[in-house]
Amino acid sequence: MKDIKVLGPGCKRCIATAEMVQAQADKLGVAVAIEKVTDYAAIAGYGIASTPGVVIDGKVVHAGGLPKPEDLAKWLSA
Amino acid sequence: MTPPLLTSRNAGTNQHDAKWTAATVAALVVWAVLYSQLVPFSTWLVGLLPVDPASHLGEALIFFAYDTPKVLLLLALVVFAMGVVRSFFSPERTRAALAGKREGVGNVAASLLGIVTPFCSCSAVPLFIGFVSAGVPLGVTFSFLIAAPMVNEVALGLLFGLLGWKIALTYLGFGLGLSIIAGWVIGRLHLEGWLEEWVRNIRGTAAELPDTEVTVIDRITAGLDAMKEIIGKVWIWIILGIAAGAFIHGYVPAALLAGIMGRDTWWSVPAAVLVGVPMYSNAAGIIPIVEALLGKGAALGTVLAFMMAVTALSAPETIILRKVLSLRLIAVFIAVVTAGILAVGFLFNVLFA
Repeated sequence: MKDIKVLGPGCKRCIATAEMVQAQADKLGVAVAIEKVTDYAAIAGYGIASTPGVVIDGKVVHAGGLPKPEDLAKWLSA
Repeated sequence: MTPPLLTSRNAGTNQHDAKWTAATVAALVVWAVLYSQLVPFSTWLVGLLPVDPASHLGEALIFFAYDTPKVLLLLALVVFAMGVVRSFFSPERTRAALAGKREGVGNVAASLLGIVTPFCSCSAVPLFIGFVSAGVPLGVTFSFLIAAPMVNEVALGLLFGLLGWKIALTYLGFGLGLSIIAGWVIGRLHLEGWLEEWVRNIRGTAAELPDTEVTVIDRITAGLDAMKEIIGKVWIWIILGIAAGAFIHGYVPAALLAGIMGRDTWWSVPAAVLVGVPMYSNAAGIIPIVEALLGKGAALGTVLAFMMAVTALSAPETIILRKVLSLRLIAVFIAVVTAGILAVGFLFNVLFA
């Protein structure tokens, strides 16, 4: 089970990012638990400067804009 | 979304890149042809209507029929180009470049990077905290936050297209100067203690992001996405702005405007700023009005001050920033930027009289 956090104050792109992660995980058959982190202080704690951010098992892999599906696939299967 | 390219990374990538590049060049040629046909198009279109082209209504209609496609075409091109340029930058990399920079040099760098770094006001708070907690000085962060919305591709592209490169460069120069100096002043005031307390307590370390491959296709896609998003958001404002501009163009007598917004009216700059600060509009809606005002004899400094007041200070952004700044700090921010805009307006009217 991979622990995924999507960092963002709840903007449209943040929601889209969470959906992309879920869709890509389903496609690859990877079990994930997605949590949306919307608190500004918590987001800042991850050290990013733009949202949405994606954290997989505690490691920040993406910040700012929608991630690319193929990058998501790479991160999820790593 | 782009199709997954996982399997054909090496062999297929170059071929794909070439196809996309060729398609982009073809689109640019089509763009140029359309753009060159604007005058005949607008005259032809208005000629279809039972209106005397020399009448007030006819003049307003020709202005509208010419400016609407022109502005939309120019905007599409500039936003696309800027989307591609921005794919080379990210807030995280900009932050790394600015962290620990001395004030002065830092303010200049932050203002310049504010133009090319992708930034949306929904991301303003994470960006602000991310910058300040990673050691970017407060004044340098403000230089970035002032330049980013004010000196943007929409403003520059439209000024360039509608009013010429001299005015676009002037706006760029004065906008950069304003954000550099205003940020520097805020830095000298040492207001770090006026941040909201929870912001002061965050001492994050900058995250290290894994490298991802960015292909030519990704950059072109980024340009197209930016185009879709921005045009989708601002087209209605552009049309309203041009309609207002067309009305001014056709009906408002030049003598009236020159009296209110002309160079000899000293109070026109503060009045323009007072009207502009609470107004919130994209540069796209303002510039067609600006063009019409200038055509009727409004002074350029006054009009630029108005534009800067509308774009640099906006209620939504201030409300977002209220989450991290105390009211006192917001007041200082607004005061410093407003003073700067007033200075730009007066200076410009004096220098270019």
